[in-house]
Amino acid sequence: MTGAISPDLIHSHGLTDEEYLRIKSILGRDPNITELGVFSVMWSEHCSYKNTKIELRKFPTTGPSILVRAGEENAGVIDIGDGWAIAFKMESHNHPSAVEPFQGAATGVGGIIRDIFTMGARPVFLLNSLRFGPIKGNSAVARQNRRLFRGVVAGIAHYGNCIGVPTIGGEVAFDESYNGNPLVNVFCLGVLRHDQIARGAAAGVGNPVFYVGSETGRDGLAGASFASRDLSDESKKDRPAVQVGDPFKGKLLLEACLELLASGAVAGIQDMGAAGLTCSTCETASRGGTGVEIDLAHIPKREPGMTPYEVLLSESQERMLIIVRRGEENRVKEIFEKWDLPYAEAGRVTADGMMRVLDHGKIEVEIPAKELAEEAPIYQREAVTPPPADWLRFDQIAEAGARESLLRLLSDPTVASKNWIYRQYDHTVRAGTVVPPGSDAAVFFVREAGKFLAATCDCNSAYCKLDPREGAKIAVAEAARNLICSGAIPLAVTDNLNFGNPYRPENFWQLRESVEGLAEACRRFNTPVVGGNVSLYNESPTGSVDPTPTVGMVGLIEKERWITRQGFQQEDDLIWLVGGLGDEMGGSLYLRSIHGLKIGIPPRLHYDKALAVHQFLIEAIRSGWVQSAHDCSDGGLAVALAESCISGEVKIGARISIGAHGGRTDELLFNESQSRILFSSRPDSKAELRLLADRHKIDLIELGQVGGHKLEVTVGERVIGWDVDQLFDSWYFSIERSIA
Amino acid sequence: MKIGVVQFPGSNCDQDCLRALTDGLEFEADYLWHKETSVVAYDGIILPGGFSYGDYLRCGAIARFSPIMRAVVAAARDGMPILGICNGFQILCEVGLLPGALIRNQSLLFVCQPVWIRVETSEAPCTRMLKRGHKLRLPVAHGEGAYIADEKTLSGLETNDQVVFRYVDSNGDPTPAGNPNGSLCNIAGICNRQRNVVGMMPHPDRAWEARLGSEDGLLLLRSMFRSALVATA
Repeated sequence: MTGAISPDLIHSHGLTDEEYLRIKSILGRDPNITELGVFSVMWSEHCSYKNTKIELRKFPTTGPSILVRAGEENAGVIDIGDGWAIAFKMESHNHPSAVEPFQGAATGVGGIIRDIFTMGARPVFLLNSLRFGPIKGNSAVARQNRRLFRGVVAGIAHYGNCIGVPTIGGEVAFDESYNGNPLVNVFCLGVLRHDQIARGAAAGVGNPVFYVGSETGRDGLAGASFASRDLSDESKKDRPAVQVGDPFKGKLLLEACLELLASGAVAGIQDMGAAGLTCSTCETASRGGTGVEIDLAHIPKREPGMTPYEVLLSESQERMLIIVRRGEENRVKEIFEKWDLPYAEAGRVTADGMMRVLDHGKIEVEIPAKELAEEAPIYQREAVTPPPADWLRFDQIAEAGARESLLRLLSDPTVASKNWIYRQYDHTVRAGTVVPPGSDAAVFFVREAGKFLAATCDCNSAYCKLDPREGAKIAVAEAARNLICSGAIPLAVTDNLNFGNPYRPENFWQLRESVEGLAEACRRFNTPVVGGNVSLYNESPTGSVDPTPTVGMVGLIEKERWITRQGFQQEDDLIWLVGGLGDEMGGSLYLRSIHGLKIGIPPRLHYDKALAVHQFLIEAIRSGWVQSAHDCSDGGLAVALAESCISGEVKIGARISIGAHGGRTDELLFNESQSRILFSSRPDSKAELRLLADRHKIDLIELGQVGGHKLEVTVGERVIGWDVDQLFDSWYFSIERSIA
Repeated sequence: MKIGVVQFPGSNCDQDCLRALTDGLEFEADYLWHKETSVVAYDGIILPGGFSYGDYLRCGAIARFSPIMRAVVAAARDGMPILGICNGFQILCEVGLLPGALIRNQSLLFVCQPVWIRVETSEAPCTRMLKRGHKLRLPVAHGEGAYIADEKTLSGLETNDQVVFRYVDSNGDPTPAGNPNGSLCNIAGICNRQRNVVGMMPHPDRAWEARLGSEDGLLLLRSMFRSALVATA
């Protein structure tokens, strides 16, 4: 091995001089170029969390139903009763999607699905949380945003539809801060029995190590390092770092792996995602407290002449590393031949704790696995608190007409119906989608287990920009509220932290505030974090993205009749608002969309109120009084009312009457005060609802009645009316019109 | 009576079809691997939806050459009831058991949504228990579902009463508004001259329980296999 590693070579691998010294001391010598590459990907932010680990430890990760904790394996596992469990996780593919939106998004879906079946779970549904720059208008930027938007949606559809896992919900928002740097966060949930949990550990010295799945090619070289840099005009050159997905191979691999796992032949299993073969070998060895030795001569390759460096750092998709119980090798042969997939016995588990890679018998890499996988340097980055957001002088902002404003808010792509998107996703395959995309939370019937699960993704990044701590808390609260509205009790959270370059102190401050906010709220809502992902360096030439700590939350609905949707159901039902009329305008969509202002202090979250409102609604639902429920979020009460009229199976009007109100009408209709839910009930449950609200000491306001073909809001003496068809038209076709 | 659900590599509605048959209808049903060469143990066959062999070439273009399809074609000639759903419909067209072809949706986008279809004939195995004009609610989910055929084939289909389903709007009329993919004459499903082979784009396998939004799929599947067997017996 040569010691000819120049400082330039070290830096071009994204390693610091200090880190290089550490590598030398671990090895007791200079690394060769292949080893340098191996360290560079394992010690990238993407694999090592070196800049965020200290923060991530703040999350609550335990609870009575947690079977596998965050960080222990590829995804956390949660008990859902009767011997059944779920594994779920969210992951980002922001950088690849910025450079090559279709493949970037597609391989994001493939990767998260592999993470889930690696746990032994059958993937049953997908969600996604997406952010793009504005797509309306004719500017070059808007055109680029539309190209990214179309490409990402098509990529998600391509992979998810083909592999046969339904995409049943999520969220999509648009804001200038994502110009040229979209966020693509994908979520997958799988189901398994407790005794089916698979481990990513190289257990059993002497056990053979198998490589299964697609051949290794030169695509996706060192993608993990690419994802740990700022995006720039130069990023186009990184296109070779974007992998190409093959959902058909993904489907075969999924079925073959589940079949092999069911056969009992597997001692350990790990997908090859970021940092490919490198990461899967050293992580399984590290988890198993063992070593792994493989010979690259056995690895199926797509083309001749690949160097060990390329084979180890390739991020070719649809590959897995499987540690097989000795004597069961024939099972692998049998099953992988049945599914026509490449497989190879590539090495074995050793006792010496080393990740040893040979190339035709010649040692190419020899690194202590644990040090490589788990002992990357950890940094406490500098955080600087910026001056707080300016107080909003709402009295100096002209009041826009309520009639016109509501129509404009409904057609703002962030609020508008996402049907153009979700009609491209197969959301009915697996015959379990009970509440399809378009309600507060999607509801899925997990047939195997006989359980109803509700799931949602949420984050208001404008709030996070103005106050990252409060914004993050609200992301958790909104997710919980969405689940409650569907009739579910929240179980657990997966998060995806999307931030800018952590070396900028103000970015790191945002990250730390957000993590602390998420952690606090997860404790209060009793939803431990079971896993997630960090994506830093979300920068475009115009600056960092708004801090976006996306929350994916899953809940359980115990009885089918408790499943609740957001659309009004029936004429003459009563309409209620629980949680008060509110008055907070800071960071609101009204200010952003109508006045072009992202200013003010975002609404405050009060836990006691939130928990009381949630408890009230869940009890009301369980008592059978609730016909529909919809949370108040972007655009406040007015948008919630309009959506309740137009997003159900049938379009139906409502007559709302709010007594004389001292303040401004725009404030009344569009404020975004937290912990408010709009719901409808049968007329005869009025007295019971009042009693229940009194018991929980919360504000319950009777707003009016469902019926007619108009949404009519009376404030004092003033009547504002909208034809339901007009509301529907503004809302339903807006995105399609923007991109046509 | 036993129904075989064919599993091609890339099929992804095989489990849904099996469950619809066994849980929804209490039929006996089993998977049939694409490398099998005989279907004699079965009384009916479903070719399920999905992306057989990845469908990277043309939907169904490779599946038609799989070993199982030789047996399916032979069984079809012998009158066995065979239902192709979505990708299964595409395969039936590719292998020549049904006329015409399914091409890219007019919108050029994948489309997943509930649609209305209308029963055009009760002289098909899957509609024998239904009346002409009966409206059904089923989901579609496909990128290549626009049915096309040449003039002669189309008029032959009409003359011989081979159009089994048409897409309709909520009023029950075969308008462009009711047509999700640009299929000619709003065709959603057809049968062969012998009337034992049916292909359709909408998914009865996703509409067999009230909680899925519709149970109309049960009507079709029950009729397809029960009455078809009675009719051919």
